[in-house]
Amino acid sequence: MTDPGPSPSPEQAAQTGTLAAALAVKQRAGGFMVPLATVVLAFLMGGVVVAATQHSVHKALLAYQDIFRGAGLNWIFHPTTNILNIASYNLSQTLLQTTTLILTGLAVAFAFRCGMFNIGGQGQYFVGLIVANWLGVDLAGLSPLPHILLAIAAATLAGAAWAGIAGVLKATVGAHEVITTIMLNWIAIWVGEWLFGDGGPLQNSTQQFVPVSNNVAKSAQLPVFWGTQGFQGLDIGLFIALAALVAFWALINRTTLGYEVRAVGFNPDAAAYGGINVKKNLIRAMAISGAFAGLAGAVDMLGYLYRFGQLDIPVSQVGFLGIAVALLGRNTAIGTMLGALLFGGLLYGTTHGLNATSVIQPELAGNLTYIIQGLVVLFVGADVLILYVWNSRKRLRAQRLPKTAAAPEEAAA
Amino acid sequence: MNTWAARLDNPLSARLRDPATSGYAGILLAAFAAFLAIPPIEARTVTWPILVGVVAAVLGIWTVTRGRRRLGWGAVAAGVLGIALGILATRSGTGNLQSVFDATLVAQTLGLATPLVFGSVAGIFSERSGVVNIGLEGMMLMGAFWGVYGADKGGTWAVGLLVAAAVGGLLALVYAYFAIHLRSDQIVGGTAVNFLALGITGYFYVQLYNNNPIPNGVSLLPNVRIPGLANAHFFGQAIGDLNILTWASFVLVIAAFVVLFKTPIGLRIRACGEHPRAADTVGINVYVVRYGCVVLSGVLAALGGIYLSEGPQGNGTFIFNMTNGRGFIALAAMIFGNWRPAGAFGAAILFGFSSALALKLQVYSPQAATLFQILPYVLTLIAVAGVIGRTVPPAADGKPYKKQ
Repeated sequence: MTDPGPSPSPEQAAQTGTLAAALAVKQRAGGFMVPLATVVLAFLMGGVVVAATQHSVHKALLAYQDIFRGAGLNWIFHPTTNILNIASYNLSQTLLQTTTLILTGLAVAFAFRCGMFNIGGQGQYFVGLIVANWLGVDLAGLSPLPHILLAIAAATLAGAAWAGIAGVLKATVGAHEVITTIMLNWIAIWVGEWLFGDGGPLQNSTQQFVPVSNNVAKSAQLPVFWGTQGFQGLDIGLFIALAALVAFWALINRTTLGYEVRAVGFNPDAAAYGGINVKKNLIRAMAISGAFAGLAGAVDMLGYLYRFGQLDIPVSQVGFLGIAVALLGRNTAIGTMLGALLFGGLLYGTTHGLNATSVIQPELAGNLTYIIQGLVVLFVGADVLILYVWNSRKRLRAQRLPKTAAAPEEAAA
Repeated sequence: MNTWAARLDNPLSARLRDPATSGYAGILLAAFAAFLAIPPIEARTVTWPILVGVVAAVLGIWTVTRGRRRLGWGAVAAGVLGIALGILATRSGTGNLQSVFDATLVAQTLGLATPLVFGSVAGIFSERSGVVNIGLEGMMLMGAFWGVYGADKGGTWAVGLLVAAAVGGLLALVYAYFAIHLRSDQIVGGTAVNFLALGITGYFYVQLYNNNPIPNGVSLLPNVRIPGLANAHFFGQAIGDLNILTWASFVLVIAAFVVLFKTPIGLRIRACGEHPRAADTVGINVYVVRYGCVVLSGVLAALGGIYLSEGPQGNGTFIFNMTNGRGFIALAAMIFGNWRPAGAFGAAILFGFSSALALKLQVYSPQAATLFQILPYVLTLIAVAGVIGRTVPPAADGKPYKKQ
């Protein structure tokens, strides 16, 4: 990966204050090790909570073993394509969650690359979900391929437009994107409550007092390649998400657009001086970011949900989980994939993957996911901690060298 | 913008000639236009709302021609909105109107605004000292759960209040350590606080109550009756019998205003939020001020949270993710009120009013009631977009400070 222009020293970058600059520091500060350490620390602290409340360290270890099995990760010890095998079923479910989290993670990561914090992934996801449901139900009668393509394209564009509002407000009047995306989140949530609620435009046509939408038409449902259609089989949405990962990597690293977006992220003033239209890039980055989240909504709706209800809205946290995924993955394509796999496993492994014989009840374990997620985000955000460890190594080296020799090395670092 | 002192020096006639005056008068008149059609005035012809609304719009246009474009167009928009609402109100039945716009609406508005007032004042303290607090939602949620737990185990609501305040302060202290000492990104840290609170409250609710509802009969936050007022005709129902925390929220707003703007401590807090380096130079310990403000913020937010579980609406129960965005509405109220206690209070009342109206409308049109919930967020979007005035955060808000 190439940085635009000469890169400042970590301390300087941290002090210029832009988010992307600070993240770039972390990118160089510890490679793969820091996210790994973050995850280990978060799991350790989550384990302490379990051990303390269950009064047994052994039980905490067993709980993690249950979660590992619940996520279907024990499948690697005896791989089989037979979906009736419990491990392979659990794995397919984990991969369904991973699909969503890859896309919502990319949504957060792309905005980060442009120095913006898109906290509105959840809202953009809902907008995509709603549009996909609407077109999936209303355009019944179309043949499958155009129906699917149309619904996905419309949902993606809707997500882009929703995030684009925040981008436009940032570019034109300087409204902080965190505030605007939070507000847009809640607007999307309440619009969803209205649409799917009793008497709402998208409520199902048969049961008047059930606040759930219609099922999307067969022609709009994504083909399933592992498992059974209609029973949460693993659909081709996984490949769409993987394609999105490649597209993200190519867009960021191999196009002019990506170069401009990163340049604005590193230092908007320098980018403007270099002839890059900052406002245009802010809007563009936010819209592309929203497109990923909208796509996530479409893939979920057409892939395995098929319908959505008022009661599902407050439960869904995938847009917010995307923040943890992106931060843990350091806003890179490969990192986002690994982060999504981790949180996808956690999400499924702590809830539906558990059963009555588990050491820790699913209701309890599901909340453990949020605790671990919170800890991961908390530790990942503490870049000074990482910087301190990283720089103390350098300081030690500098102390051994004569002062004159150390100075140019620090300037170059 | 004139300072207060300069304004007081001006004669009244000069202040009336100020374009801002006609703009604000227009907005007030627009509100009055809508108000005309509802009880207690309840004009039954559309003439009056239209007439007053048009006057408001004209005042707005006059303001535009004299240079205050944003304010002027705001007044025009308000005038049109006032006419529309007025017409709508005159078209609906008198019976409906009276059952929606009665004294209990006032009481409900104040009740629903209470957690928002606590939350927004909490946010003001934190952000005025230079620390962004996205984690208000999480701190409120902690207050909601640990407050009802404290009241249940301690036997009385007072214990609940103390436990809520302590836990909220503790979570804020953790956040403060990451935001101030480790200089981690404050938005990321605040997001983490929200996740953590969601997980911790959910986990311990299942663990401590075995996934059963909290038993009935938990000691609740009491209402305080004002003896002379409670039996008065309209005001008795409206404000005669409010919850103790609702009364406390009024006191809090005044106290926050006095502390922030009339005392040396407030000056120090604001200095840390505007220019920490300058504050440091004159001997203010920026870290101590910020730690104090963030912890205070956590305590206040948790007190707003306990109102949800232990107040009249919560009735001593806890539900997973009980705050359901109220922390973010409080954040919105803070922004809408331009980081000032009085402004935030006004915004909280406005948002509380829209929720109260939504509750009342539930009977007539559940769909309209649901859509009404969007109002606070849309208004805040409009406010940060700078269509009506402009909101300006403290200059150093969100910027970690490093001592040199």
